[in-house]
Amino acid sequence: MCTTCGCGGDGARIEGAAHGHHHDHDHGQSHAEDSRTIALELDILAKNNAYAAENRSFFAERGILALNLVSSPGSGKTALLVKTIGMLGGRLKSYVVEGDQQTSNDADRIRATGAPAVQINTGKGCHLDAHMVGHAVERLAPSEGSVVFIENVGNLVCPAAFDLGEAHKVAILSVTEGEDKPLKYPDMFAASDLVLLNKSDLLPHLDFDVAETIANARKVNPSIKVLQVSARSGEGMEAWIAWLTAARGMALAGYPLGTAAE
Amino acid sequence: MHEMSLCENILGILKEQALAQNFEKVTRVSVEIGSLSCVEPEALRFGFDVVMRGSLAEDATLDIIETEALAECLDCGATSAIAERYDPCPMCGSHHRKVTRGEEFRIRELEVN
Ligand SMILES: Nc1nc2c(ncn2[C@@H]2O[C@H](COP(=O)(O)OP(=O)(O)OP(=O)(O)O)[C@@H](O)[C@H]2O)c(=O)[nH]1
Ligand SMILES: [Mg+2]
Ligand SMILES: [Zn+2]
Ligand SMILES: [Zn+2]
Ligand SMILES: [Zn+2]
Repeated sequence: MCTTCGCGGDGARIEGAAHGHHHDHDHGQSHAEDSRTIALELDILAKNNAYAAENRSFFAERGILALNLVSSPGSGKTALLVKTIGMLGGRLKSYVVEGDQQTSNDADRIRATGAPAVQINTGKGCHLDAHMVGHAVERLAPSEGSVVFIENVGNLVCPAAFDLGEAHKVAILSVTEGEDKPLKYPDMFAASDLVLLNKSDLLPHLDFDVAETIANARKVNPSIKVLQVSARSGEGMEAWIAWLTAARGMALAGYPLGTAAE
Repeated sequence: MHEMSLCENILGILKEQALAQNFEKVTRVSVEIGSLSCVEPEALRFGFDVVMRGSLAEDATLDIIETEALAECLDCGATSAIAERYDPCPMCGSHHRKVTRGEEFRIRELEVN
């Protein structure tokens, strides 16, 4: 999928990928001229956006729903995925791209469910970008009509700025993190279409105000949807599965009938 | 950290432009940063010097143009400056606002030779 790849230099490692292509920008024999000013209007994230567009058309051509899961570390992204994949069971094939700075722990947890997973280690990098994800998806080779979950690096800041080609960003916020998170990290909540308010099983032990959290999220993004869930107890998971199924319906719209793996 | 990778993106663009527009050295880079973009100007400055070291833009000056963000109110239609995404409309108090400017992060100008 990476047709115009400028790989190397970003320090990310994709599990199992021998990253062959190198790319050196040889400056040729151009001659120095006098100092001049060049006017440009170039979006610095344009390259990421171009890779994201490639990923998006890869998914669209195959009727695949791709979701980008974003949150602070430890909100329960992997736990939710494990639970979700279990509930989807044989109904819907799931694939997972796992992003962490180090370790393949999360990909191992996913593979234990039977779902294919590829781990990306970003090293010092604090977010996934569309280029790494394109290579990871290439390795995963997801089947037509499936769901690809991309678990981003635990970080509520910059993953907001990097389009990966997903249909939706889903923000996971656990009830131990405080009601003010949507206001403190507004970019992430502005970029997401859904919030999963996780660890709801802990609510009886906390004085976390769910209504205030939802109100804060809506100040930043008036159309954002919020579902209260628990990966531990399973509470609210049906509503999330229903949202997922509807989103998948959208991904399949226009996709040739009868060819999707139902 | 994040700004370091953004500087890598800038360097990539400089290298591409050097080929396309036939220059060897960059002495000044002018970058526009919208106040609601994910970029922290000071962190970008720090990363810029580190990343440009040994490249065609070694010792280049980084000019940062910070643009104020604007939002349009979806209830009353007023357009006004917005400092934070959750600021209500100053005319009617609504939170239904669409950011119309302030998310930019782009190279505006290069000085090269
Ligand atoms: N009580 C409770 N604990 C949970 C729930 N979901 C996750 N946890 C716990 O929260 C911790 C972090 O969960 P993970 O699934 O690793 O979170 P993560 O967001 O994937 O973490 P990173 O990938 O490291 O950012 C673990 O100890 C989980 O068992 C939940 O619904 N309720
Ligand atoms: Mg995880
Ligand atoms: Zn590549
Ligand atoms: Zn980052
Ligand atoms: Zn208004």
